Amino acid sequence: MKTLNIFWIFTLLFLVNVSSLAQQVQKAEKGPFLLKNGTIHTITKGTYLGDILLKDGIIYEIGAVKTDVTNITVIDCTGKHIYPGLIDSGSKLGLAEIEAVSVTNDFSEHGDFIPHMKALTAINPNAVAIPVTRVNGVTTVFAKPEGSTFPGTGALVDLFGYSPEQMTCGSERVVMKFPSTGRRGRWDRRSDDDIKKDAEKALKNINEVWASALAYAKIDSAAGAQKQTWVKNNPQMDALMPIVKGSQPLFIEVNSKTDIEEAISWVAQNKLKAVFMGVAEGWRVADKIAKSKIPVITGPIMNTPRRDNDRFDAAYTNAGKMSKAGVKVAIRTDNAENTRNLPFNAGFAAAYGMGIDEALKAVTINAAEIFDVADKYGSIEKGKIANILVTTGDPFETKTKIEKVFIRGWNIPLESRQTLLYDEFLERNP
Amino acid sequence: MKANPNYFNQILKIRMMNRIIFILILCTSTLAIGQNVLIKNGTVLTVTKGTLAETDVLITNGKIAQIAKNIRKEANYSEIDATGLYVMPGIIDAHSHIALDVVNEATSPVTAEVNVGDALNPLDVSIYRALAGGVTISHAMHGSANAIGGQCKTIKHRFGEINPDNLRMQGAPRTIKFALGENPIRTHGEGSKIVPNTRMGVEQVFRNAFSDAKIYAKEWDDYKNGLRKSSPEYNLRHETISDILKGNILIHCHSYRADEILMLMRVLKDFGVSKVCFQHVNEGFKVAPELAAFGASASVFSDWWAYKFEVYYSTAYNAAILTRNGVVTSINSDSDELIRHLYHEAAKTQRYGDLSDDEALALITINPAKQLGIEKMAGSIDVGKDGDIAIFKGHPLSVYAIPQMTLVDGAIRFDINKDPDDMRLDINPSEKFSSFYETEKSQENNGCLQDVSEMLMQESYAKYMRFRYSKNHSH
Repeated sequence: MKTLNIFWIFTLLFLVNVSSLAQQVQKAEKGPFLLKNGTIHTITKGTYLGDILLKDGIIYEIGAVKTDVTNITVIDCTGKHIYPGLIDSGSKLGLAEIEAVSVTNDFSEHGDFIPHMKALTAINPNAVAIPVTRVNGVTTVFAKPEGSTFPGTGALVDLFGYSPEQMTCGSERVVMKFPSTGRRGRWDRRSDDDIKKDAEKALKNINEVWASALAYAKIDSAAGAQKQTWVKNNPQMDALMPIVKGSQPLFIEVNSKTDIEEAISWVAQNKLKAVFMGVAEGWRVADKIAKSKIPVITGPIMNTPRRDNDRFDAAYTNAGKMSKAGVKVAIRTDNAENTRNLPFNAGFAAAYGMGIDEALKAVTINAAEIFDVADKYGSIEKGKIANILVTTGDPFETKTKIEKVFIRGWNIPLESRQTLLYDEFLERNP
Repeated sequence: MKANPNYFNQILKIRMMNRIIFILILCTSTLAIGQNVLIKNGTVLTVTKGTLAETDVLITNGKIAQIAKNIRKEANYSEIDATGLYVMPGIIDAHSHIALDVVNEATSPVTAEVNVGDALNPLDVSIYRALAGGVTISHAMHGSANAIGGQCKTIKHRFGEINPDNLRMQGAPRTIKFALGENPIRTHGEGSKIVPNTRMGVEQVFRNAFSDAKIYAKEWDDYKNGLRKSSPEYNLRHETISDILKGNILIHCHSYRADEILMLMRVLKDFGVSKVCFQHVNEGFKVAPELAAFGASASVFSDWWAYKFEVYYSTAYNAAILTRNGVVTSINSDSDELIRHLYHEAAKTQRYGDLSDDEALALITINPAKQLGIEKMAGSIDVGKDGDIAIFKGHPLSVYAIPQMTLVDGAIRFDINKDPDDMRLDINPSEKFSSFYETEKSQENNGCLQDVSEMLMQESYAKYMRFRYSKNHSH
């Protein structure tokens, strides 16, 4: 036992050492910054030529800025394009350092009903993949737990900061996996009947949890009214209260056609606010989703069709088909280390039917609205958080260069371990 | 008016007949090579000889016969109007596991005797999906469970052919899979408690196998030269490895770390082998000068990293660094998903390392052709080469590019405007739809360690199984 402990200590020391090795070398600069004469893609209020003043971490002024602010750093953006930072609405970034090394993974806790597990606690602000991601224009991600029916509470975070407090966007959301009637893979050799039974059993469990949560809410409200405190600790139920009481949506992972239909009626029955995640077969029931008014986070877009008989581009076209039907769509990579590919996922969605404008919304304002932070995120508007990109062109286009990334008004050095390795090894010496 | 139920029955029957006829056509058609087709007025990306505006490409008997403006169409030629479209050579994937029924013979650290060519599956719908990404040739590889794995097969994506032999690319040299690092170590050292359990062990597996094969070859030579009377016992494993040592089989070696790459080059040098393509080779950028000096080539991911420890110190600039150091480099998929957008993966080298259009396109055309030894037959639009063509709307390096049509030997195997949605060749008559897969199928299928877990379903593998089936990558 003792040797085992020593082993773990060494493993941990080693990993701590590893992840502290490679961050950006330069420090971020605070500003204020005046971005002069760029093409501003506001997302919500059109595209025009103008200036933006970034000060105190926010978009302080926009348009033709005449400022008397002193110590200002002016950045000429002539010929450049200015976009809001891109938001990945579903990722494991910061929760998974090296996927095959289990001790570096923090997205899956034991237990089937553990909505109180907080991703924000486990997000590593110094994960090597964070700088790798943000230099590609992704400034904000929803880092979420997974692995069970109620695996925990995900957190929307900005990709700069040295503590959860510095990174959080103030939006944490409980995640649920809806019982699945799909196969888990080629190796899943359950009979159709068994799959159905498993799903029914899982739904029964969820319904029992929900009945308990409703009862808990009643007692909790009554107790609150009498200014009495609970004697029994029940963090799981406490975590569900904002959803039961209607102040927060439940984020539900659901993918196949029948499961989506089931989930829509389950949400209606329980009179919940909900957001659907995954929604791989949303295109088969796009009208029904639109009618339910449930917003959708879908992705990855670069994916194989989920059925062998599906058209080759089923996953590419899914986001566009739902968006055209009137569903509010945001896009996710559902990845960790390659969350940087969010703009390319959006580009593929745009090419295969969604259009560039809608795809841009899907990684900016739609995401902000789904996470209830549209007052602060998702577009270039006065007073919003200064998450800004300066680019040579369309941020989805593969060869475009991201020339500046601002997160909360900080000018982020465009360095990551991957660029440092390039600098060191392009012309190796000796 | 009340609909006549018989009417619907008739429609159903007709639909079924159509399907049956479709299948019959597929079954009875002979190998569709030797097509005559004229591709008119496209922007032709030859890759090796620049870009030609408003140019025609003439394919005669399945081979590129002429590249010029205003070629006159002869009677027995079909015509494709490529006005406003980009015409590029069919994309080649130097590392794939599609169209295979099995991938790993994970029973010994050395299994040179097996050949994935014996397990080709022409019905795999992944072949069609690859065509829908402009890919006409792939290198169907054995997995990475063994230091010396099985022999691989270069296949043409003649989707619609049901005879496995029709997938084989005639004239392509023999290739074999080697593997270094974590995969053979985990499979054999951790799994079966035998060598290799370390990168030291991996080196000795090669040295032992090569030395045994040399002795074997000498015994046969002695026998043939009359120096011994009885013939030695025939051994396909030794026979295959001695063919490697004679340079008759190209080595494609799964590898990640710089040290193990250097190790294999030292071993190969000691045994006089000069041709090797390192696969994945995430740390190739660290030893790019050594790779160039040896004449080794590299087939890499555009940006995959951090899925296991040995790829933690990777960079998406790998392909660019290797290219700038003079290493013949390709970008591969190793995935039934990624194979569908290799053109996009190649384009990432323009974000990560500023490669030119032709340099980026070479990564998925002429360079993988060189690595597979088929550069005289494929990999560029050049007179005399196979009529393997991908036609794109939008420049193929743009994120908005959409493949429109893909030709193999001049035969149209993918047509975005004409193909039905359901392109399966093997249909279970009892199911209306095929199963819905909750997780991305490519997470389990078509990866380097496919089949290993199913094969070695022992107690000690239970944890490993969970790892395999819960993680993204298996490469």
